[in-house]
Amino acid sequence: MTVLQLIFLLTAAVILGSAAMVVTAKNLVHAALWLIVTLFGAAVLFAILNAGFIAVIQVVVYIGAIAILFIFAVMLTRREMLDRGPQLNRGWWLSAIIAVIVFGGLAWLLQGWDGLTKTAPALSSGFDSLEALSRALVSPDAYVLPFEVASVLLLAALVGAVYIAFQRKGEE
Amino acid sequence: MIPLSWFLFLSAALFSIGLFGVLARKNAIAILLGIELMLNAVNINLVSFWRYNDPSRIDGQVFTVIVFAVAAAEVAVGLALIISVYRHRNTVVADEIDLMKW
Repeated sequence: MTVLQLIFLLTAAVILGSAAMVVTAKNLVHAALWLIVTLFGAAVLFAILNAGFIAVIQVVVYIGAIAILFIFAVMLTRREMLDRGPQLNRGWWLSAIIAVIVFGGLAWLLQGWDGLTKTAPALSSGFDSLEALSRALVSPDAYVLPFEVASVLLLAALVGAVYIAFQRKGEE
Repeated sequence: MIPLSWFLFLSAALFSIGLFGVLARKNAIAILLGIELMLNAVNINLVSFWRYNDPSRIDGQVFTVIVFAVAAAEVAVGLALIISVYRHRNTVVADEIDLMKW
C-alpha cells in the first residue's frame, strides 16, 4: 500500500463520515459545518487527481460561498426549527432502503465493467491542465457556448434570487 | 497507484448518502445540503474519469466547472425561495409548505 492510497483511504473515511453527519445531525448549523468538512475532503481528492485548479475552485466557490450561504440561511430561518422534534421524516427507513438500493445498483453496475481496475496514465511532461482547461473554455470549437450559457444562467439565477428574497416596503 | 474503482465506489456511496438526505430530511435547507452532497459525488466522478481516461482531453474538468456554476445558481435560488417562504408562512419544514397542494 503506497502513501497515496493511504491518503485516499483516510480522505474517503473523512468524506463518508462527515457526509453521514450532514444528513443526520440534529442541529442544522452543525450539518452545514460538516458539509464544509466533506467539501474539503473532495478538494483533497481533486488534488490527488492532479486537478489543482478544480481543488482551488472547490475551496473558493463551494466552501467560501455556498457553505457560508447555507450557514446564513440556517441562521435566518432558525427560530422555528431549533432542534425541535425529529429531524427525519416518519418514513425515513424507506429512504434508507432506496439509498441502499441505489448504492447496490451502482456497485453491481460497476462490478461488471472491465475498465474498473484501470490505473491513471502518466501525465506527459509539460502538460498543464489549467492551460488546457482555460483554452477549452474560451475556444470557439470547444466549450465557449456552454460556458457563456452557464454565465448567463448564473446571472439570471442571482437576479431572480435577489428578487425573490427582497423584502418590499410595507410588507412584513 | 489508486485504481479507478476506488473513486467510483466512493462517489457512489457519497451519492447514496446525499440521496438519503434529500428523501429523509424534514427541513428544506437540509434537503438542499443533500443535493450538494450529490453534486459533489458527480464532480468526483467527472474529475476521476478525466484523469484515468486521457488527461489531454479536458472535457471532464470543463463539465466540473459548469457543475460548479449550476450548483451556485441552484443554491442561490433555493435558499432565496426558502427564506421567502419562511417570511410568509413561518416554516421551513418541507411537509408544511403545501400551498400548491390541490
